[in-house]
Amino acid sequence: MGMNPYKIRRLTKLVLIQALLITVTITCLFPLFWMVRSSLMTQDAVFVDQSIIPSRLHFGNYVRAWTQGQFGRYFLNSVVYTTIVVFGIVVISSWAAYAFSRLKFPGRKLFFVLFILAVMIPLPGSFVPLTVLMTKIGFINSPYSWVRQLGYILCMINVGLPLSVFLLKTFFDQMPSDLEDAARIDGCNKMGIWRHVALPLARPAIAVIVIFNALNVWNEYLLARLLLNDVAGKPTIMPLQRGVMVFADTHNVEYPLLMASLTIAAVPIILVYLFVQKHILAVGEPSKIDLLKEGRLSR
Amino acid sequence: MPKINLKHRSWYEVKDRLSSFLFILPAATIFAVFYVYPFFETFNLSLRDWNGIGPAKLFVGFRNFSDILSLMASQQPADLTWWQSVIYWLKSLAAGTLSLNYDEVWWRSVWHASYITLVALTFQNALAFMLAMACDREIRGKHFYRAVFFIPPVLSEVVVGLIWKWILEGGVQNGQHYGLLNHCLDAIGLHHLVNDWLSDPKTALTCIAVVHSWKGFGWGFLMFLAGLQTIDRELYEAAKVDGAGAWRTFWNITVPMMLPVIIVVVILTILGSMQAFVLILSMTDGGPGYHTEVPVTRILAAMMRTKEFGYACAMGVTFGAILIALSAALKKMENRIKRI
Amino acid sequence: MSKRLACLIVLCFALLYSGCAGTPEDPNTLTVWHWMTDRHDVLVQLAEQYKAQTGITVDFQLFAPSDIYSQKVIAAAQAHILPDIFGILDKKSVFADFIKGGFVANLKPYFEENGREWENSFFEKALEGNRFSANNAYGVAEGIYAAPLDVMNIQMVYNKKLLEKAGVVSPPKTFDEFLRAAEALNKIGITPFVSGWAELWLLDCFASNYAFNIMGIDKIMATYRGEVLYTDPDWVKVFEIFSVMAQKNILASGIVTKSNKFAEQDFALERAAFAFNGSWCVNVYHGMNPDLDYGVMLPPKISDGHPLMIWGGAGGSLVVNETSPRKEKAVAFLKWLTAQDQQAVLSEATRNLPSNRNALADLPKELADFGQAMDVVTHQTVWPIEEDAVVKEKFTKGLQSIIIGERTPQEVAREVQEIKKRQMERAIRRAQ
Repeated sequence: MGMNPYKIRRLTKLVLIQALLITVTITCLFPLFWMVRSSLMTQDAVFVDQSIIPSRLHFGNYVRAWTQGQFGRYFLNSVVYTTIVVFGIVVISSWAAYAFSRLKFPGRKLFFVLFILAVMIPLPGSFVPLTVLMTKIGFINSPYSWVRQLGYILCMINVGLPLSVFLLKTFFDQMPSDLEDAARIDGCNKMGIWRHVALPLARPAIAVIVIFNALNVWNEYLLARLLLNDVAGKPTIMPLQRGVMVFADTHNVEYPLLMASLTIAAVPIILVYLFVQKHILAVGEPSKIDLLKEGRLSR
Repeated sequence: MPKINLKHRSWYEVKDRLSSFLFILPAATIFAVFYVYPFFETFNLSLRDWNGIGPAKLFVGFRNFSDILSLMASQQPADLTWWQSVIYWLKSLAAGTLSLNYDEVWWRSVWHASYITLVALTFQNALAFMLAMACDREIRGKHFYRAVFFIPPVLSEVVVGLIWKWILEGGVQNGQHYGLLNHCLDAIGLHHLVNDWLSDPKTALTCIAVVHSWKGFGWGFLMFLAGLQTIDRELYEAAKVDGAGAWRTFWNITVPMMLPVIIVVVILTILGSMQAFVLILSMTDGGPGYHTEVPVTRILAAMMRTKEFGYACAMGVTFGAILIALSAALKKMENRIKRI
Repeated sequence: MSKRLACLIVLCFALLYSGCAGTPEDPNTLTVWHWMTDRHDVLVQLAEQYKAQTGITVDFQLFAPSDIYSQKVIAAAQAHILPDIFGILDKKSVFADFIKGGFVANLKPYFEENGREWENSFFEKALEGNRFSANNAYGVAEGIYAAPLDVMNIQMVYNKKLLEKAGVVSPPKTFDEFLRAAEALNKIGITPFVSGWAELWLLDCFASNYAFNIMGIDKIMATYRGEVLYTDPDWVKVFEIFSVMAQKNILASGIVTKSNKFAEQDFALERAAFAFNGSWCVNVYHGMNPDLDYGVMLPPKISDGHPLMIWGGAGGSLVVNETSPRKEKAVAFLKWLTAQDQQAVLSEATRNLPSNRNALADLPKELADFGQAMDVVTHQTVWPIEEDAVVKEKFTKGLQSIIIGERTPQEVAREVQEIKKRQMERAIRRAQ
């Protein structure tokens, strides 16, 4: 007694889907696997050993990369930059997007168009003007390292703003307005509505912005090199990618070390993604909005 | 009584607008400081002949732009004023000697970027959509797939370039192909397909486009999946009850419901693909010949290699204008689709 | 609301700072920007030594890779924030522009102090590229504007074991011998030649070696001035070298998209018998494969008409910022850094050829072989004029398209000449 044709069709469909998913998974995992594999080998073995999993694993490469590349400080810097920039972008862009989408004020369309146009100008063209500008304001050569860092942070916020505003505005545009009305009747002012209605509702979009910008800042090195200078005797203010690039250039012949450093740089951002992705795909779970709808959460 | 009310309201309105304006103030301030000045400076430099270092910034008007694209009458004297040249042009138009003068390499680079974008729009986004659809249903291991598909976007372009170069490498040592792809092709008996993937002008650009798509599909996947999950399951159930097949359900429910997300993904794909360059620098550096040059690598080459700073800025402005025109066209299209 | 206020306050604060911010004016700290990753550690170590001796802190700041370093220096020049000491990685006309912009100090008086003591400690060729002679074409005041840390030259290396396998007894001296050796290598399945020809300058360098060999410097300079055309038979001969090498299957597959790093890896892993590379490769090969047995040779000459010249000269050179208030101290440090003892330390640690002629002590054999050719080196920095960069790009990209077989040498010659003509017209227009 075989299965009925309906079941067979269903099964082949499932098998086909799984086959596609698994193929793509392999191509995605392969580079990561290759990176980690090479990082666990010795220099002699890395070009010779053809086995899939090396017979001996050398975790010492990670220790060496971390200490020789002085990654500790770079790491801390990158964490600070990424956190502040992402936080700044989320706050500033959600204000702006909310205003563009919901509030009325003169010049709103014009501002939005200008904002979006800014994305179109390729970055490398403005390297020189940007440096001159940052110097004139006093960010680049300030004796205080926090001022120099602030310059870089503002610049990175600026880089991430237009796309984030665009994404969020698209999201807000589709948001039903009855919730806001309800909140307004409850006595919420604009800031309150933004904080208690718009933000929670936009959680998936904000999660996308968080990942997008975190990735951008974490992997950024062009502007950092251009805008940041260290001062003798003080700890470096450069981000991790700078450390990795210099390390990679210095040890470009030592593949295992190079791969260990690249893995170190990739792991935190993968963790951020794993943490944030559930918010992107969190639709269906009872969110604050649902509670608000049911009146169980006052404002 | 009504009078007072009106007064009250107008004051309220002014306050209301002002406070609304405060919402965009931080964004507008940052924007004004960091975009407006560099933009005007870039435009200013695009009108000049400058090597990037020296003090001399000779004003040349729109000559940098006319080097990129202009109508050129044959044997046009160089010292005509603009109105003289218009007359000269009209004359040569009548005589049929008017020709197009353009920077061939630059326009080819624009085509290359468009090609990469087209591949990304079709191949990358179709793949992303399919995977998102697959992960939207109740399927084994969907949480695992969700995590895995985002690995390529997370890796830096430098790493991706390094790994794919190693995969696509040509070359033989001791009778063995050491590029992974060639090795595999050889092993399964497809010897005639073995190739120098990145150095063959026929395959180089496609290879880059594919790697770019591979690196980028995770974004589309994520956004499509988020969009798909907002679709009310009851709609599907209703369609089933109505006896609609999978295909019809897809076109009548999924696509219309997903339209806003699709449009956002398309715009993001275009912006990301037209301006992609780090991957290209690390894989081919624009070679072989000019076969994988894109506008941004041309701008960088003009700035750093040939020291034509003014020209580089002019290319930047032109490219920005092209992208703006493209997005305006898209916006038009979006409105039309929405009306349907 | 409070967050917004805090944000604004921070912004205002930052703007206020613009009034009082300047360079950190510590008279006893010198800042150096450089790109030399391989030399960074030992430079920092030497700086510590210097501090112990003199009390002056020297802060070496590394910006790598080198193309990003170049961007940084150019942008910093515009913003007038260059450090006390830095390096200029570009061709001579750019160097000249830095000088004309007032960013670079003329070191000539210092070189000539005490009966040219400092000047004489260098290899002559090491200083040549940093020298601007009287009435030079660049319009720069006569002088020497940079101090070289080391010297380098670019030659060919050959894998002894692989040549032996193919029955080639001695490294080829002429191009015909080279072709025969390549044929023998091809027969037993060994790739004859590899180089990083995705990097246009390296491709240009190889072509330039043979241009010298075929037509001599006078004719090359005449071409640059526009008096000889690129369609001249001698130039076509130069282009033909590449088509011959491509047709005879001598070049490693994918050579036109190989960066030099990958090419170095290929040679170190014995995937190719010959490589075209600079003297820095001694350090690189040692790192990848310490057992590699290889020799150094000049590129095999193709003609007896003129001597074959290779590129070489200063490896990394540092300049002193003319506007720095610590100019004298910076010069003093450079003098110390290029003195015999420090040069010996640098050379030993990095396997580079020292620029100080007195520091040629215990070099590895391959490096000493590289060093011997310092007499036949030349470089664009010592030629009276240089070719327009746009023409150079077209020239080298043209070579790439010859190698991949989509253009013939004659076609490329024509195309390069067209660009040359256009650029000459442009230069005239500019001069008006």
